[in-house]
Amino acid sequence: MSKIHVTTTVNGDPVEFLADPRDTLLDCLRDQLGLTGTKEGCGTGDCGACSVTVDGVLVCSCLVLGAEAQGKQIGTVEGIANGSELHPLQRKFIEHAALQCGFCTPGILVAAKALLEQNPDPTETEVRYWLAGNLCRCTGYDKIIRAVLDAGAEMRGAN
Amino acid sequence: MPKDDLKTGYRIVGTRPDRPDGLDKVTGRARYGADISAPGMLHAAVVRSPHAHARIIRIDASKALVLDGVKAVITRADFPTGLTGEDWNLQENTIAGDVALYDGHAVAAVAATSKLLAQDAARLIEVVYEVLPHVIDVDAAMQPDAPVIRAGTADHSVPEGMHPNVVKYIDFGHGDLEAGFAAADLVRAQTYKTEATHQGYIEPHACLGQMGADGKGEMWVCTQGQWYIRRMCSAVLGTDASQLRVTPSEIGGGFGGKTTIFMEPLALALSRKAGGRPVKLVMSRAEVLRATGPTASASMDVKLGMKADGTLTAAQVNFRMQGGAFIGSSPVGEALSCALACYTIPAVHHEGYEVLANRPKAAAYRAPGSPMAAFAVESLLDEMCRELGLDPLAVRLKNAAREGAKASYGPTYNRIGLVETLEATMAHANLKVPLGPNQGRGVASGFWFNHGGETSVSLAIGEDGTVTVSVGTPDIGGSRASLGMMTAETLGIPYEAVRVNIVETGALGVNEPTHGSRATFASGLAAVEAAKQAIKTMCARAAAEWGIDADAVEWIDGAAAPAGPNAGKFPPMSIAEIGAKMGSTGGPISGHHEVTAGGFGASFGAHVVDVEVDPETGRTTVLRYLVVQDAGRAIHPAYVEGQYHGGAVQGIGWALNEEYVYGADGRLQNTVFLDYRIPVASDLPMIDTVIVEVPNPGHPYGVRGVGETGITPPLPALANAIAAATGARLRSLPMSPPKVLAAIKAKANGQG
Amino acid sequence: MVKVNLWSGLRRFAADQTVVPVEARTVREMLDALTAAHPALLPFIKAGVSVSVNGQIVTDLNAPVAPEDEVYLIQRIKGG
Ligand code: FES
Ligand code: FES
Repeated sequence: MSKIHVTTTVNGDPVEFLADPRDTLLDCLRDQLGLTGTKEGCGTGDCGACSVTVDGVLVCSCLVLGAEAQGKQIGTVEGIANGSELHPLQRKFIEHAALQCGFCTPGILVAAKALLEQNPDPTETEVRYWLAGNLCRCTGYDKIIRAVLDAGAEMRGAN
Repeated sequence: MPKDDLKTGYRIVGTRPDRPDGLDKVTGRARYGADISAPGMLHAAVVRSPHAHARIIRIDASKALVLDGVKAVITRADFPTGLTGEDWNLQENTIAGDVALYDGHAVAAVAATSKLLAQDAARLIEVVYEVLPHVIDVDAAMQPDAPVIRAGTADHSVPEGMHPNVVKYIDFGHGDLEAGFAAADLVRAQTYKTEATHQGYIEPHACLGQMGADGKGEMWVCTQGQWYIRRMCSAVLGTDASQLRVTPSEIGGGFGGKTTIFMEPLALALSRKAGGRPVKLVMSRAEVLRATGPTASASMDVKLGMKADGTLTAAQVNFRMQGGAFIGSSPVGEALSCALACYTIPAVHHEGYEVLANRPKAAAYRAPGSPMAAFAVESLLDEMCRELGLDPLAVRLKNAAREGAKASYGPTYNRIGLVETLEATMAHANLKVPLGPNQGRGVASGFWFNHGGETSVSLAIGEDGTVTVSVGTPDIGGSRASLGMMTAETLGIPYEAVRVNIVETGALGVNEPTHGSRATFASGLAAVEAAKQAIKTMCARAAAEWGIDADAVEWIDGAAAPAGPNAGKFPPMSIAEIGAKMGSTGGPISGHHEVTAGGFGASFGAHVVDVEVDPETGRTTVLRYLVVQDAGRAIHPAYVEGQYHGGAVQGIGWALNEEYVYGADGRLQNTVFLDYRIPVASDLPMIDTVIVEVPNPGHPYGVRGVGETGITPPLPALANAIAAATGARLRSLPMSPPKVLAAIKAKANGQG
Repeated sequence: MVKVNLWSGLRRFAADQTVVPVEARTVREMLDALTAAHPALLPFIKAGVSVSVNGQIVTDLNAPVAPEDEVYLIQRIKGG
């Protein structure tokens, strides 16, 4: 099967790759572009470890075809920090011990960032429902929720 | 809680510094099992049995092998014969021999130049099966008419006349059971069942393996124990352990499930057959659920005798557990040992059977066996407290195991913290929150041992006085931080001056995996000893320079100093100064410690949960959750809390949602996370924690392993809470909405 | 004599005793004496048991045991 030439933008950088028509965006990010920060936990859209944004919309990259990235703006965990300056969410995750094994962390950071962009002052319940598609087996979510709420507060300048 | 025997005044132990792996993990830089590639790499795919039990008549790979880019196909014929015992089990589980023993059992594997090509090729490998009768349920597997899974597997412990699927029998106890039950005012007996659950780590198993025809190989793999991978792969492949170099990747969760091998030898065997090209093998989630983990399923009888004041007089348990089609895989021995460990009871008897079934080979899962045992024992205890109108926490305290008491499993307890844990629980504000309609409160206690095991740690002083520690226990819950903290505390230097590396198998002596809650305990113990050894050398270097006796030098706040006024008057010599000149004072300075850690710092916990049960749907909502547990000493309290949170939530999942669902055909029906439903953020409240600290006398900083106990009490605590809310008692897990609803209806119809 | 407490399931392999007195100064000697007196225990000991001395799991076969010590053989425990 011949491959598809895809031109797209990842974390602001122009990139090109050749995708098999069956390759998911997740496969292309990890295997073609070497952006292995985005994780595969299930491949079926159930765990959120592969969360990325496509034109600002939060999606599971395991459910998007690589070819669909053509002409889009893709955002991954590697693009959250501004150079060596961490995003408040990243700092708060470390500070609150909101990660253990860290495998869910990239997806949760991408998802939480998308939340705070559209709802800068979410309630605990809103955070819990927004992140309900991001599985974490280590933390019981407690410290993750606290970290997201605290990052939101800091970004609003509320503390 | 009594803190008089707690040393205080630590600079670092007990604080909450950032974890050293934090930055890599929030930026996506941390490298997990599937994140590494190598030049010339091939990708592998595995062909798995679609049958629960089937003879393999023929495997024909010709259609796959003609595809361009397919480099190797392997079957059991590519592995050595003649293995025995657990080595044979591991080989058989890695790739089936004559018979596929469960749905998902590997029968062949293929390596090709791309992932998609390997998957296509796997689909072209034709396997002809003769389907055999199968058995899934543990009780059914013991019935006289059950299909025999593998005759002759039973060991010497099994009494005559049992079904050949019964492969182990255990019994132990003490005291006069008959007299104990006769002395009771209330004797009750019940049967409980739990389904198998999966460890559910989010990272699927993944490895990159390379092996040449000379048997020399390398592997990058997500594992809890690189030396276990090395030993097990070598045994399965018939190669020499020391020729295989295993580097552990960052690990995306394990919980016991990554203490063994499942598919790692396949990557090496494929590589060997494909001319030594590296082979990457990554499982799908369905493969993880069908062919790795899970825990055992259990069927359990419990009988307790209690006086009217709540005093326990006798206890008898009889557990049946299946751990798949392989002997030695169920945790029935551990389950029995934990079952009554929270109590001092004059007469106890334990009996257990391990049974084979056509299911995957069970792996350890957080406090193996203890959650099931607690579900049975703590549920019945709760029922009896209700019947006698007694406060369930007061009854637990009255019968609590204490220092000097005989443990249910035999020996005498040393310093343990169950009493302090229960007292802290009873004092907690959550117990005073009033409950509304359809709400109920449940309590339960739990127990887990603390394994020591083979441990080897090295520590090197740098030229600038900073320190590198090499440890062999992969970091799952923050052990790099806790080990760095203990090392820095012992050396009297800043936490930031220590780097802890998890090293490959060539860099240290053999280490057991991170299991049995042992990383902070045993590697910590060894790191402290290694630091002390380096301190001794550094003191000797200072003494030589000062021309005084080495014994006249002591180590204070990261520097050598003359001990007392008689030793002479010299300014302290810091670790940085000693490091800077070590090349000309005798050579590099390091510390090393190797031990098979004993110790037995058991950790007890008590949980309190408030639930609301929807009487229309049977759905249980967790309103409030409290974990109280003895940590011995919390080196890094935030990471201890993290262990308490994670354990409790895994237990909540086991109690309410998670189960292996098999069809009549013996195939696993829920092979994706949508159907194997682990708790999600919106299912849960915040988890309240209290860290009790009753130091473990067997550890320099008093550490007890904290990782496992937390998964134990949630199962019964939730059953007890649901009973309190609805009056309906559930004796089988999970307590999913349909089952709770049925129990409520049965209760209303007077059959509960 | 060191009094070794067996779990009761081992009784039928040790002439119906749950406490077996043996002459031993170390854990190794204790296990050797035990299997010498009761060879039927050998498969269990080979399969792996944990030895508890005064409530501590002892892993070093050369560790000392004395007549006043509390010695138990218990099921091998590892964990997740
Ligand atoms: S990998 Fe995409 S949702 Fe799990
Ligand atoms: S930190 Fe391990 S899965 Fe979330």
